[in-house]
Parts: sequence; structure tokens; C-alpha cells
Amino acid sequence: MSTKAIFSIKNGPTFEGYSFGADKSVAGEAVFTTSLVGYPESMSDPSYSGQILVFTQPLIGNYGVPSGEARDEFNLLKYFESPHVHPVGIVVAEYAYEHSHWTAVESLASWCKREGVAAITGVDTREVIQYLREQGSSLGRITVEGHAEVEYADPMNTHLVEKVTTREPYHVKALKPRCNLALIDCGVKENIVRCLVARGANVTVFPYDYRIQDVAGQFDGVFISNGPGNPIFCQATVNNLKELLNDEKLVHLPVFGICLGHQLLALAVGAKTHKLKYGNRAHNIPAMDLTTGQCHITSQNHGYAIDEETLPSDWKPYFVNLNDKSNEGMIHVSRPIFSTQFHPEAKGGPTDTEILFDKYFENIEAFKIKKQANIKLANAPISIKVDQLATERVF
Amino acid sequence: MTSIYRSTEPTVSTFNSPHYEPQLVEGVSSVLIVGSGGLSIGQAGEFDYSGSQAIKALKEANKKTILINPNIATNQTSHSLADTIYYLPVTPEYITYVIERERPDAILLTFGGQTGLNCGVALDKMGVLEKYNIKVLGTPIKTLEMTEDRDLFAQALQEINIPIASSIACETLEEALSAADEVGYPVIVRSAYALGGLGSGFANNAGEMRELASQSLSLAPQILVEKSLKGWKEIEYEVVRDRVGNCITVCNMENFDPLGIHTGDSIVFAPSQTLSDQEFHMLRSAAIKIIRHLGVIGECNVQYALQPDGLDYRVIEVNARLSRSSALASKATGYPLAYTAAKIALGYTLPELPNPITKTTVANFEPSLDYIVAKIPRWDLSKFQYVNRDIGSAMKSVGEVMSIGRNFEEAYQKALRQVDPSLLGFQGSDEFGDKLDEALAVATDRRALAVGQALLHENYTVERVHELTNIDSFFLHKCMNIVNMYKKLEAVNSLESLDKDLLQKAKKLGFSDKQIALSISKGASCSVNELDVRKVRKQFGIIPFVKRIDTLAAEFPASTNYLYTTYNATKNDVEFTDKGMLVLGSGVYRIGSSVEFDWCAVNTAKTLRNEGKKTVMINYNPETVSTDFDEVDRLYFEELSFERVMDIYELENSEGCVISVGGQLPQNIALKLFENGCNTLGTNPVDIDSAENRHKFSSILDSIDVSQPEWSELTSVDEAKSFANKVGYPVLVRPSYVLSGAAMNTIHNEHELEDKLTLASAVSPDHPVVISKFIEGAEEIDVDAVAYNGKVLVHAISEHVENAGVHSGDATLVLPPQHLSEQIKNKLKEIADKVAHAWKITGPFNMQIIKHNDDLKVIECNIRASRSFPFVSKVLGVNFIEIAVKAFLGGDKVPQPVDLMSKQYGYVATKCPQFSFTRLAGADPFLGVEMASTGEVASFGKDEIESYWTAIQSTMNFHVPLPPSGILFGGDLTKPWLGEVISTISSLGFNFYVADESAKKYLQEYTNDHITVIEFPKNDKRALRELFQKYDIKLVINLASKRADNTDDDDYVMRRNAIDFAIPLFNEPQTCKLFAKALKAKIAEKVRVLESNDVVVPNEVRSWEDFVGFKPV
Repeated sequence: MSTKAIFSIKNGPTFEGYSFGADKSVAGEAVFTTSLVGYPESMSDPSYSGQILVFTQPLIGNYGVPSGEARDEFNLLKYFESPHVHPVGIVVAEYAYEHSHWTAVESLASWCKREGVAAITGVDTREVIQYLREQGSSLGRITVEGHAEVEYADPMNTHLVEKVTTREPYHVKALKPRCNLALIDCGVKENIVRCLVARGANVTVFPYDYRIQDVAGQFDGVFISNGPGNPIFCQATVNNLKELLNDEKLVHLPVFGICLGHQLLALAVGAKTHKLKYGNRAHNIPAMDLTTGQCHITSQNHGYAIDEETLPSDWKPYFVNLNDKSNEGMIHVSRPIFSTQFHPEAKGGPTDTEILFDKYFENIEAFKIKKQANIKLANAPISIKVDQLATERVF
Repeated sequence: MTSIYRSTEPTVSTFNSPHYEPQLVEGVSSVLIVGSGGLSIGQAGEFDYSGSQAIKALKEANKKTILINPNIATNQTSHSLADTIYYLPVTPEYITYVIERERPDAILLTFGGQTGLNCGVALDKMGVLEKYNIKVLGTPIKTLEMTEDRDLFAQALQEINIPIASSIACETLEEALSAADEVGYPVIVRSAYALGGLGSGFANNAGEMRELASQSLSLAPQILVEKSLKGWKEIEYEVVRDRVGNCITVCNMENFDPLGIHTGDSIVFAPSQTLSDQEFHMLRSAAIKIIRHLGVIGECNVQYALQPDGLDYRVIEVNARLSRSSALASKATGYPLAYTAAKIALGYTLPELPNPITKTTVANFEPSLDYIVAKIPRWDLSKFQYVNRDIGSAMKSVGEVMSIGRNFEEAYQKALRQVDPSLLGFQGSDEFGDKLDEALAVATDRRALAVGQALLHENYTVERVHELTNIDSFFLHKCMNIVNMYKKLEAVNSLESLDKDLLQKAKKLGFSDKQIALSISKGASCSVNELDVRKVRKQFGIIPFVKRIDTLAAEFPASTNYLYTTYNATKNDVEFTDKGMLVLGSGVYRIGSSVEFDWCAVNTAKTLRNEGKKTVMINYNPETVSTDFDEVDRLYFEELSFERVMDIYELENSEGCVISVGGQLPQNIALKLFENGCNTLGTNPVDIDSAENRHKFSSILDSIDVSQPEWSELTSVDEAKSFANKVGYPVLVRPSYVLSGAAMNTIHNEHELEDKLTLASAVSPDHPVVISKFIEGAEEIDVDAVAYNGKVLVHAISEHVENAGVHSGDATLVLPPQHLSEQIKNKLKEIADKVAHAWKITGPFNMQIIKHNDDLKVIECNIRASRSFPFVSKVLGVNFIEIAVKAFLGGDKVPQPVDLMSKQYGYVATKCPQFSFTRLAGADPFLGVEMASTGEVASFGKDEIESYWTAIQSTMNFHVPLPPSGILFGGDLTKPWLGEVISTISSLGFNFYVADESAKKYLQEYTNDHITVIEFPKNDKRALRELFQKYDIKLVINLASKRADNTDDDDYVMRRNAIDFAIPLFNEPQTCKLFAKALKAKIAEKVRVLESNDVVVPNEVRSWEDFVGFKPV
């Protein structure tokens, strides 16, 4: 606890503290999460790419970091949401230099160092949050003693999805397959894949700009993942989705999108998105299901939202955020397509809305029955051989 | 059974529109709220907080509120809250009378602790709720029953695949023993319908099981035997569900002490600190699944055991009501759980309710904390003789503290000082000697000190302490940070060489100025004191920052008044422009200081507000109403130490500070505050000090010609002996340096004196003892008064039923006095006037005076509000605190003096102590000069007999013996007491029993009724229990004249077993005689009322307003 570090916000305050991460200075967009647990999950979430993540939970590092090698029965990462840390830096009030947990294999400090992530402790994070709350999301940087400060840089002006998406398609097999899904990877979290595979889907993961419309016919559903940054960078995905949605042969194809996937779907149907003042990143946000009136506590991580008023008439808002009344989801009036701004897959966060995966699978079952009745659909030309694909993310 | 709610399905609400009307329960305009009664271990002040919030919520909805609660010291029993108040026993019987009289539309059962819940279940079984068509608001009775009956509960959880600690319900000892064999030792025993784990415990073998199970079975019809999961983590979730199934978990908490110690006796942190996302949400999801399945509508607490090295877990307990934990969660997060639960009970749904903290967001969310909260229980076991100090599955603590910091060290050290101001923070104690390992392995009330001793002074490693205690290493590593800082500070040679960086780091780790001063003094040649460190600290510009609790980790703006201080910050959340008036609360509830002082603090703040003053409360007790979010303009959840109070006073630029309404704790720092420039309101602290100092006090009394018992301060055993011989035995010995176990005592002879003085502490010039003449057979009187500039404005004279010698906190008080002549009353007033004048009193004061024949002697004077302030205020209908505050403010605010004791009152009120001996295994239920009661109750009546009759029934689990049940007698046969009692209750139809022939012979002198001698198997608990059952003994009268010398003493065994078998016990002659009179006067009516087919409402069932003739606030 000797190397000093400074966390500064462009045109805003600076905070002195101590470095406990990588020995380097970094810059990024300063965002905060109010989650109480789940720092390994948050930090390995590709949606935080390019950001400096400020934790409001004052003690971080308490339970160390679990293994990044461990895999589950589907060959998915057991403890992480992707193999690497995505924020460029983290800011905490107090780092727990000694950790204790049965799953821990290393400390948070050593993980940060290994992954090249700057980390600063000793910051009045509450003061940071109050600043960000008033000023909106800001650029920040962490300058570690002995290293020159780096220029402020806005990752939202860069194409972050390109950095986190898989380079090539890959295929994850279910233990007892009952359907085949295509997943558009804009920076997918491991647990999204798990939520699908565990329910019996063989999942083929495609790069974000893959011409999904060309292969969708051979799948029982399409899924659009979460991911980092400004949705407008994913114009390729939006265009592909437009074609997919307009394909009359695929009119019954179930589609489900989460977070960035929700925004991309919205853009594809002609709605607009905007940047939120400081985003919603938390595990405690109430969202009401506008079809039933039931409220759920949701896990969220996004800086952009869709403008509900710009939704075309065949789309209805699905969920609403009860805190700031922002849109949390949309659903098609007749087709089996819906998407949510929040993260039903959790990790971290509450699992209240995992039921949406079940709803997606109900749509898939219904679609399969329709498909059997329609020989033409079932015999769509096979353009991709899933068995020849890689079995994990390709970098 | 159909729901009282029109719909239990969610609907797409239009609650944002101006026309929206929530779908509330229909046909409810009046609600009966069941309170929890006198404060006892396991059921204390938290229910004043939850009941008060519920009443606030109901009033907002324009419901008429009717409250039944004999706890007169509470805030909820005020007309500023409830519309109608009954100071009556919280029993199905009396609730029925109130229902018959008031015909409420609905009833709230989940805000009065286990007592309220049990009454609700009973009322339902008796058909009372159905007969009067009363709606049960919130969680339905069926759910309450399910959570209380282990079998039903286990079955319900099995249906949803939630694992519970598998338990076997047993109704006999044999069943219990074979169940233990089946699950395998060690086992835990719990009793159904328990209060805070009453009758619970661990057994490692059949022998221990036999003893434990027979005791538990004597308390409850059914016990549960489970496998012990000792060493697992213990985690709790507070869950809320509305009528349409929306659920949130408001807070989770992690016990510092692993499973095996009742959560009420555990050190707890919130939020959990060692759980991963997976563990946190696994338990959260399970909690929601449980509450949905059970159908709770309102608040619920789920306790888990979590495997420390895997994902296995068990549900330990579900409380479908507001609880101690929910009060803590409420204060820890800022989320008003009780208020929200009451709103939900009325039919509101979570998204319809605004978050009262932010006002801009909804109640349907989960608080995010950006600080850490520590809770530490407070035990007062040293006040009891023969008590078992182990802590385990049955709760023994009498109160708790809550502290807030931004790291573990800051929160933990604050909390340790709060729980006992004599502690510096995290520290050791040399009391364990070579038994340190045992002190670590077997938890007692002293374990926190054992951990400190091991890490600080005995070089134990974290691993070693973890092995012995099973406390998670994370916590122990944090403790090591404190240890390392101690070492750095001890290496500092002088105050001058203390650098800013180190001082800052020490403050960030929660070190107090005093703690730093003492640490530096260790290494330095000269000694450094607290004020020296404070000066240096302020020169360095190191002062605490003030942060808000806002439920959302600063994500949304909130203008809450709910604050704490921290050194781990660089910016204040608030501005200091109010110049508010500081009110110092009472701190932790303990024996001798409890909810009465919270009433005083709340009423002080209320009056100040009414007088247009801004108010700032400092208190750290999560069970209180004074720490509620809407009682004051600013609330600091902070230490009541000189350092912190002065910090806040300076930060806030306060106009003044009220030091005399929070009991002894604020009083102890009053002089120091005053000397350091704090504007203390009321009597000058220098004058207050001269009442606390025995010598000054005495010489002033002499100078104004007020008499007192002879006394002397002595520094050797020989001096003590010669003084005692001079004034004659008995004498009262009070070590001025009180060591645990060496408390005040009445001494009857020289041998005893020698014994006590050598045992207590070496009497020496450094540790003198005060010995005073003890006047036997004297009556005691309490005078409570308020003065202004040395002139009494109001005063109340309460008579003690017990003679002097029983601590005034354990005494039964009668007001207005029934046996004092006008002349004596005038003399008492004269003394009050003289004392007020001599000490230039402005504000509250209290005196204890003994009366021997017509001779009056002052034995105690406290220049502050006393325990009996709420009692006298409510009985006389005049708020003494309001008058005191007006006196503080002075000028034209001060009311004219009124002689309340010259007025005629058409009623009498009696206040009875509430004891918790049941929970303190082994403790001798004998009253003496050391206070033992944990709470009090009071009732009104047309005369002394009627008010006492009701008040004694208001004490917990007091069942009036009905003829022809048995009464067991024992005690001192040289005194006439037992005889007087038996002659009073002769021919009422009771069966009288004694344990030996001599007692029979003695009693036969006084009665013609038959007396049976029964074999008394002293050491066989089971045989004893069977004996009590066989003879249907429903009352034990044991009037011994002194404490037992050892646990083989016949009288001790008789008293203790009455407690263990939950049978009413009278152990003091005067109250026993009064009870005998009441029994004689009332038992026939009682039997008639109980046997009647119609509900006959007895005379004492009248509201407070009915008695006093108007609605006092």
C-alpha cells in the first residue's frame, strides 16, 4: 500500500488514493455501479469495455477472485462472464487486502495486475457518485505514481463491440438438446449462453456483424446479446436484423434480445436510442412488466436507452423502470419477439426475471410445432455446419 | 379462507395518473394494534419502533387506531400516535375485552413481536376474530400458524424444495432422546412458539439432552430436535411482499459469529461481507420463493445457515412478522420496513408506495448501501447471581447498538465503544488467563474481548483464532489491521512526533482520540490525554465528515436527515446552517436504562420542534423511535462519547445541547462538554456533578437541612468494620469502582462484610467503598420533578410497594400515593423545593427518599430525567418533559408552577417491573439493591388493588392461578410475611403446598385450610416438573429474607424452578401481600367472567382517556 495513485474526472474533481492494480495509467468513461456483490462478474462483463468502474459498495475484494480456468458441464466459464477483465480501471473506497473465500484462487489485486487493469483504493466514492449523478457520465483517468498521465479518451466514440465480439462463430452443445439457437455476440456474457444451453439449446454464437439473416432459417430462434458502448456503432447488426425481421419466411421465428441486443432490435424496427445522463448500473432496479403489472428487481448495466415514443405501432413497451420511468423492454404485438434492457441472466444480480428465458423457450416450442407443419421452412438450405465450428470464443 | 383483499393478482397500474385510487381493504375504519408489552430479553424496544411506524402509516390512511399495550414508557402509547390506548395485559383474554368494547374492523398482529403473533393465533382458535368479524390485516393467520409450527413449516418448504435443518418434533422426553439419536449429536433443541429462542439450546450427548429437553418441554408443548450446523455462516434476509406478490429483499446481514449463537446475541454486519454473488443471490432467491409460497403480506425475516466451503444451505427460521432483525435492517438501510409493512397490510402494493427517503423513487426496490453497519449486542449478565454466561441458541442480551462506518474497522470499533463506553474500541482483556483458548472456542458475552486479547496481546495468528472460533478469516484479517495500527501508535514516542499521515490512518480505522492517546502514552515518557490528541488532530485539520444514509448509494438525490460521521471521506453530504439544538439520546438499552429514556428524548425533540427549534438527535440504538427518520430535523447515528458529541456540536454550530433526558450516559459527559465550551441546557453541569459526587452531595444536603442515612467513604476493611459497627448492621456497600460481579449489596453482619469486601475488590485508597446505614422496614418514595431557576414547576410523588432495599428500577410504583398523609406530602414537596433551590435546577430531576415512621431521608438524587418520567407524565396527564424543555428555553415559555399532588384523582396507576429471569439460565430470581428488571408495565384502576391486579397480569406470561390450583410456599419462617399472605388467601379454594414440615407448622398458625407437604426433589429437574404438574402448582410464593448462599439452597431451587417452569413467582413480601389482597378481592369476579358464555368486560378494561377524563398527548 505504498504506490500512490490519482483518480481524476475531466473538468471535475480529483481524488488521491493508492494503486492496488496494474502498474500503469489509464483513461476511460467513468461509470458507477451500486451493486453490493459480484465484482468478478461485473469486471469480466464485456459491457464494461473501455470504462472506469466505480463501486459504491465501499469494501471490494473481500472474497478474492475465483478461477478463470474453471469450466462447468457445458464447457462454459464457471465463475467469469468472459475470459478477461473489461473495464480499464476500477475505483474503490476500500480494497480488502486480505480476502477469504472457498472459491478464491487469487486476490483482486493480482487479477488486476495480471489483466493490466488499473485500480485505486482510498477514494470517497460517494463523492464521485454525487458528481457523476449531477454532471452525467464523465471521462476519467487513473494516474499511477511513476507513470505519466494519459489523455482523456471517450470510449463511446470507439467501436467497442468490435473488440469484444467473437472473431469466428463457435458452437456450444446442450447436454440434452431440444433446439438450435443462433446468438449474435455483441459481447455476450457467459451466463446468457448458460441460460440457453441449460434449457436444452445448442447455441451457435456468431460475430456481431455476421449475416444472421442468411442462416437464421436453420435455427429455432435468434438471440441478440448484450454488449458495450453506443448502439449506433453496430449499424451492420441493425441492418442484418432489419432484413431478418422483414423476411416473410421467418415471420414466426422467436427472437430475444438483452441490453444492447434490445437497443439494436429497437433500432432495426425504426425506433431511436439516446444516452442516459449517467446510466443504470445496479442490481436493485425495479422494472414493471406492463403485460401483467408484476414488478421485478433487475440487474442492469447500460448507458443508452430507447425512446419509447419512437416505437412503431406493432411494438409495445414491455417493461418500465419504476425509478426513472425509462424503457426496459419491448414486445411485438403478434410475433414471438421481445427484448429487455435489463439482464434476466443476472450474474451478478437478482434472478427474478430468469423466467423470461422460459418464456423464450415457450416461443421456441410453439415455433417448432409450426415448423413441423410447414415443410418448406424445415427444409431451409443449410449454410453453416455447426459441428465444424470452434467450441469457445475466438479472439 | 378467502383473502380480505379484493385482488391478489397484479394489475397494470395507472398509479402515475392523478385519478388513481389504490385498491385498499374495504370496510376498515378502525384498527386494533396489538403491542408487545413490557420490555424483556428477546422482545424489547424494537416493537415500540415498529408499532409506532405502523400507527403513523394507519393514521396517514385516516384509520382510527386502538392500541393495547401496558408498556407505559413507550412512545407508541401516546395520543400523538394512537387514538385510543389501553394499558392492559396483551393476552387473548384482555384483547377480547377490548374488542368487545371497541368493535374494531380490523386487527394488526405482526407489529407486537411474538406476543402479538401468539395472541393472534389464539384469538383465531378461540373464534373471537370470526365472532366479531375482524379482518386480520397483512399476513393471514394461516401463514402465521405455518411459520410457527415446525411440522407445517417443514412440509411447506419441502413443497418448494427449500432445504431446512431437518428437525423432528417431539412432545415427550423419550421422543426427544430418540430423535437426538436419529439425527446424531450434537443436536440443537428449539421450542415452537418461542420468543427469541427461549427454551433452545445445544446438547452434545444424551445427558445434556435429558436436561435441556425436559426444561424446554416445560416451556412449550412441542420441541424440535435438529442436527447442529455449528460453524456454518449465519445469514439473514429481510423480505417484503405485497398482496399481489411483488417481492423485495430489503437487506441481508451476516453474523460475525458463526451459527450456534442466537442472532440476537450475535455480532452482525450489514450488508453481508463474505458472500459471493452466487451465494448472495442463491439465498435471496430462496427467501423470495419462501415468502411467496407462504403467502406473507408484509414483512418477513428468513435466517439461513450457509456452508462455509460450498453452496449447501439450510433455512433455520422464518419470522412472518416485524422482528429485532427487521428493526435493525430498517435502521441499517434507511428503508422504513414497519411503515411499509403497515401500508401493505392496508392493501397498497409496493410500486404504489413512494420511497419515503428519496420521495422521487418507489418503495419497490432494494436498498444499496455505501457504508457498513455493525450491530453488537449488550449483555448485563454480571448483574445476576449464578447465571450461566455462555451464549448460544437462547438469547440473553438486553439491548444492542448499531454503528455505521465506511470500512469494517471504523464500524466495529465504534460499535464496541457504544456497547460499553469503558471500552476503547477493539481491545483485549487479561481476564481469561490461561483459559484463552476456551474463551475463544466457547462463546460467552466476553468473546469479542477474547479475540482482542488473542490477536493483540498473545500473538495468535488469524488462522489459529479462526480454528478456535470459526469466525470468518476476512473479519479477523480486518481486526489485524487494527492490531497493526495499535503497534504503530505505541511506537510513537510523543505527541509531537505523531505525524499527520499516521493520525489520519488511525482515525480512518475508527480509533478514538482517547484510544490514540493511551496508545501513544504506552511508549511515551509523559502521558497524553484525549484532549491533547483532539487539539493536535484539529490542528492537522483532521475532522470527521458527515454522510447520509439514503437507501440508494447516492444514485438519486435524497434530502434525508439520517446521518453518520466518517473519516473515510473527503466531502460532507450536508451543509451546516441550522444551528440546531442537540438532543443526546440514551444509547444502548441495558438494565437500568431503556425505552423510558427514548420516550424522554423523543418528547424533548417534539417540544423543541413545536417551539420552532431545529433539532439534532444523537443516538445509536436501532431499537428506538428517536432514531426514526421523521422524528427530528437531523439524526446522527453516532457515538454518545465526548469526542463525537463535541465534533457534531462544532460541525453543526449548535445553539445548545440537551444532556439531561437520555439517562446516565449523556450525563457522564455533560461536565466535559460544558468545560469545553458546549452550551448545555438546563442545570449547570458543575451543579449536576455536585449531586453525583457523594461528598459534595452530602454536604449540600446538610447545609439545607435535608436528612440522609449515615454514610462514609472508606479505604480499608478495618475502617469499614468500625463504621458498620458504629451505625449498626445492616449496611449498604457500594464499591465506587464497580467490577463485574462486585455490585451493590446489603450486608447483615461483619462476617459478610469481610467476605464481600475481599471478594469485591481490594479496598484501597484508589478503590474506596461507600458504606451507608441501611434502614430496615423503611418505605421508599420516588419524587420526579421539573424546576426552573431553582423553583419547582411540577412534581410527582410515587410510592414504592416494596420496602427500601429493592432497587427503585425493580420496584412497584403507585401513583398518586395512597398511604401518605398530607403532612408527609408537604414535607416531600419542601424537600424538592430545597433541593431544586440548592442545586439551582432548571429542568428534570428525581429523588429517592425513604420514609421510616415520619422521618424522611434522601438516598439518591439525579439531576436528570428519570426512568419514571413517562409513567408520572402519563398517569397525571401532564408531560413533564414538555415542561422541562420549556424550562430549558426559559423566558415566557416557562409555565406557572402547579402542585399536581394537591389535586384529587379518581383513579390509581401501578407500575410493575418486567423481569427476564426465564432467559437467564441459573440466575437467582431474588430482588436486591442491584437492578434486575428489563422493562416495566403499568395499568390503571379505580383503586390500588385494581390497578395492581391489572398491572401484574400485564407482566409477561403471568397467569392468575385459578382455584382449585396449587400454591407452593417457602421462605423465611422467622418473618410474619408468609403467614399474612396465606391468611389473606385462605378459603378461596386453592390448595396449599410446602416443601417441609416446619413450613407447614408455621403456616398452620395462620390458616385453617389444609396444607400438604410434598417431597421436593431438588436436583431432579424432571421429577420436579412432574411434581409441579401432579399438584397443579400455578403459583410459587418464596419470601426469603436474603439471597441464597449457593445453588443448593432450598429457596433458590424453588424460585429458580418456578421461573424455569414458567409459573408466576412472588419473591418479595410487600408485593406478595398486595397480590394476596388483589387475589382475594378479584378472583371470584375473574372466575365468573371466564366461565361466562357471554363476554363480560371487567371493570379495569377502560382506556387511558376514560381513566384520566381527557386525552393527554
